[in-house]
Amino acid sequence: MLTVVTFLPLLACAALALLPRTVPDRACLWVWIGTAAADLALVVALWAGFDAQHAGAGGMQYEQQVRWMPSAGVGYHVGVDGLSLPLVAMVCVLFLATALYSLRETHRVRALACLFLFLQTVSTGVFVALDLILFFVFFDLSIVGMYFVIAGWGHGERARAAALKFFLYTFLGSLALLLGFIGLYLAADPHTFDLVRLTRSNPLAGHGLYAGLVLLALGAGLAVKTPTVPLHTWLPPAHTEAPAAGSAILAGVLLKMGTYGFVRIAMPLLPGSWRRYALVFVVVGVVSVVYGALVALAQTDFKRLVAYTSVNHMGYVVLAVGAAGTLAGTDTQARSLAVTGAVVQMVSHGLLTGALFLLTGVLYDRGSTYRIDAYSGLAAHTPRFAAATGVAAFAGLGIPGFSGFIAEFQIFTGSLASQATATAVALLGILITAALFLRAFRAIFLGPPRLPAGIQVAGVTDLDATETAATVPLLGLALVIGVAPRFLLDVIEPAGRTVTDLVAR
Amino acid sequence: MTGALLWALVALPLGAGALLAVSAVWERGCPGPPSAVCRGAVVSRAVPRAPSGRCSALTVAVATLALAVAVALTRPHVSAPLFAGVRAGLEVDGLSAVMVVTIAAVTTAVLAFAAGEPGRGEDTGRFHGMMLLFAGAMLVTVTATTLPLLLMAWELMGATSWALIGYWWRQPRRARAADTAFLTTRTADLGLYLAAGAAMAGGVGSLRLDALPGTGGPWLHVVSAGVVVAALGKSAQLPFSFWLSRAMEGPSPVSALLHSAAMVAAGAYLLLRAHPLLNATGWAGPLVAWTGAVTALALGVVAVAQRDVKQLLAASTSAQLGFMVLAAGTRGGVAAGTAQLVAHAAVKSGLFLAAGAWLTALGTQQLPALKGAARGYPLVGAAFTAGALTLAGLPPLSLWAAKDEVLSAARADSHALYAAGLAAGAIAAVYSVKALWYVTRSQPPDATPRHETGYATGRHSPRHMPRSAWLPLWVLAAASAVLGVLALPGPAGWLRALLGAGGEPSPHPWEAGLSAAVALAAAGAAWWWLPRAPRVTVTTRWAQDWLHLERAAHALFVRPVLALARALAVFDDKVVDGAVRQLAHGGYALARLAGRVDDGGLDAAVRAVAAGARRLGSLARRPQTGLLHQYYAQAVVGFALLTLIVLLVR
Repeated sequence: MLTVVTFLPLLACAALALLPRTVPDRACLWVWIGTAAADLALVVALWAGFDAQHAGAGGMQYEQQVRWMPSAGVGYHVGVDGLSLPLVAMVCVLFLATALYSLRETHRVRALACLFLFLQTVSTGVFVALDLILFFVFFDLSIVGMYFVIAGWGHGERARAAALKFFLYTFLGSLALLLGFIGLYLAADPHTFDLVRLTRSNPLAGHGLYAGLVLLALGAGLAVKTPTVPLHTWLPPAHTEAPAAGSAILAGVLLKMGTYGFVRIAMPLLPGSWRRYALVFVVVGVVSVVYGALVALAQTDFKRLVAYTSVNHMGYVVLAVGAAGTLAGTDTQARSLAVTGAVVQMVSHGLLTGALFLLTGVLYDRGSTYRIDAYSGLAAHTPRFAAATGVAAFAGLGIPGFSGFIAEFQIFTGSLASQATATAVALLGILITAALFLRAFRAIFLGPPRLPAGIQVAGVTDLDATETAATVPLLGLALVIGVAPRFLLDVIEPAGRTVTDLVAR
Repeated sequence: MTGALLWALVALPLGAGALLAVSAVWERGCPGPPSAVCRGAVVSRAVPRAPSGRCSALTVAVATLALAVAVALTRPHVSAPLFAGVRAGLEVDGLSAVMVVTIAAVTTAVLAFAAGEPGRGEDTGRFHGMMLLFAGAMLVTVTATTLPLLLMAWELMGATSWALIGYWWRQPRRARAADTAFLTTRTADLGLYLAAGAAMAGGVGSLRLDALPGTGGPWLHVVSAGVVVAALGKSAQLPFSFWLSRAMEGPSPVSALLHSAAMVAAGAYLLLRAHPLLNATGWAGPLVAWTGAVTALALGVVAVAQRDVKQLLAASTSAQLGFMVLAAGTRGGVAAGTAQLVAHAAVKSGLFLAAGAWLTALGTQQLPALKGAARGYPLVGAAFTAGALTLAGLPPLSLWAAKDEVLSAARADSHALYAAGLAAGAIAAVYSVKALWYVTRSQPPDATPRHETGYATGRHSPRHMPRSAWLPLWVLAAASAVLGVLALPGPAGWLRALLGAGGEPSPHPWEAGLSAAVALAAAGAAWWWLPRAPRVTVTTRWAQDWLHLERAAHALFVRPVLALARALAVFDDKVVDGAVRQLAHGGYALARLAGRVDDGGLDAAVRAVAAGARRLGSLARRPQTGLLHQYYAQAVVGFALLTLIVLLVR
């Protein structure tokens, strides 16, 4: 079942590539949308059949194992638990939204559809993989796919430069990750890359410096992907130059691969080193929160601003997982609250930043620029667009009623006990985020109406049907999570407790 | 069954408000080039919707009021799981019962007034929807039993206040005011986030409000500090007061609700609710009480200095809230603070509606321009007069009675606090009389509208007051006058029993008499002094600008943070990313170097080896001349050498 979910888009991708050239672009788009919808339906079925309370050994469900390279200890092993299932669902929702959004695309449509279907397979694959090498393969292929999206559909020559930077930077990160994986493999007896077995055996317990170096390699690799300060500078150009759909996937899905790696690999496999170096992660997280928010506040380009808020939002996740590694002065409830909050933040940020980037694409479509000061009073021409962006901005600044609050409240409440100073400083992040979103929203949408030079009023239309269908459901889902979060928390909480216990052993 | 009533009480305004606001915005998007989504909606717009938005909002408000009365009588409690070990609970106890009825009643009155106001353009749905959301959030705030739910409602209220203050968003000044109000209150809200984390750290895993005083160790102080800061911010106490001045940029009905039963009242409510917590720390109670007293004094002076009726009323809100905060900080002031809150809600909402009615009718809210407004519009004027006299604390009106309760609670704690409260009461009489003096001057209002340039005048066209607006105005005025019964021995005892505050002090007759005398004297002096008022001085300018609080906030926080942000953005670009770029350049340079080494070093060596081999080969070809005699000669030389070697080696 999981294999079907993972590889269905790849199958569709292959079918699209093999179709005769005479098939019209629209048909390709509808094949893409149909596949994404079918995949989402399958994930909903998985969710319905998922038993959060009575998970089997290791907490994994829908497990599948096939021999692949047994001599190297590598196997095809997939499964989901409460950490990965919500992320898989979020991935499918976001890819469906980008598919709908791309209905307006006219430039090399078939190739774009193929590329996104390929990306959907590798993104799903990262979150279901239970073998380090399988994880690494998907992790790396995501970079390849995104490189072509940015270079091929971005904004011209600068896009190719940004794509190259993105590729080289994150590729370097994934090499560090591979180094860490090999370190884990060598320490395990018998040698294996299997995540479940590695988790059970805790191979680096008592390995001191060696374990620290492995954590350094893993941490550096994941920190590049997340990204955390100071390894984040590939992100603004990549986001700014990518097409809107690409930015949505890049921020919504690819960034989560980094943070997911922390809770899936670094914490359970290296509990001793994690506890010892937790403070490093806490500090990196807090710096990312405050620094990301402040730099975002100074941006004059709306898309870069949204990009920097990702650094801020991912910083909360890093803070929470760091705090969950600090045992002194806390109880299990606080620590698992922090981990649960971190996972909710991943889901929430995926939905909200996905919506924000798609809406940013609408802004560019109408005004041909992302410059904030080029616009004023846009709400007069586009009330729906203004309303949708306003809701997304408020949700992004963590207003209750949306998923961001559910995530951030748990992160703060769970982290304060062990890391009081750091969490108190990180609280400033939600204030700065509020300031920057309000400033940008006011400048673009409120005040006397004024359009960028050379743009005719007649050309500025409100959200159309496809744009609405792509963005509003994402916000709706964030609202559902914000108002009635239990359906999500029931799945995440047991897994969050498991991670907390694994770190504490 | 009663639980369902409580869920309905909060779900009805929140749900209906959200629907109304969203559908209003969505339909406004329809005119213009048609799109697939729009076409369907355009058809449904054939029926005009604007009036129905008002009426449905009013219907919802009335239904909410009915539900509020029902839950106040039945006192239900409900809860649902929220986070691991933390529930989201709603409960109506005595304090909540008083609050929900007050909130629902004021909301209904304000919406009834707004429904009767002449049209505010195409956006009535957005306005009424947001008002309902705002009131709904307040209802959740006062019924929440756990910190996360309280915080959710608390922040939602802030967000809706942003939308309401910035209602006329085309004017940049108003949009900026909305941002100022939201950001200031959110700064204070961080205290509640901090309190939640500290409560968790201190062993209160349930985050129940009633369990907070049991927080362990030093965390108790963090919890108290967080709660106090959040409440002071929301109640516009010092040093946060300035956001309330900016909040005046919203429509008058928004001010009427925001300044009375919602938003600012939430802060006072939280302090009353957290009374046991404040007492548990020792320092929090006196701190809160003194903050309230100082605010009542300082913002009272600010109110006296204002020349704009809405600004005067806004400053008086801060000052009056100071009395509630003072009461909450004393050991026995819960009932007094509650009575003050309820009475003030009725007074202030009525006053703002009256001011708004004049603003609509005359196009101004400047006090000198409002001279004679009460005579020109006697029905509004009578309501305003009743409200202003109550605000002045004159006997036997409600705020006089409520304030005496507060003062007696203060006297039980400290005489200095009592004196400060009494002085603040005198100032209250002065600013109330100032407003009253202007509007009751005998000059009749000019027939022409009194526009001023560059000042907040809201709707500019002069209109007449619609009749339907009088009823809510008069109900509020009547309530503000008679709510003083809450301080009579009988009803006061009932209120104390309701709030579970049995042993709290009551004012002695001499206290009531003293405060009445002070208020009367101050009012009389003000009435005498006003026509002889001196010109503007530095001090009054300082008070007129709300003690320069906003300037200070800008100078101390906003500008440094923005400068830091810009500096960090440059740093990020030049240094952090610069390092990455340098690294990339370095890699490229290294590659070029390696290329040169490869070309000029390794490959050159290989070529040299090849050339050497070739030269050796050509040397080796030398002796092979093809001439036999030369070969013989070579053989002879060779043998001779061999012989020599053999001889030498042996």
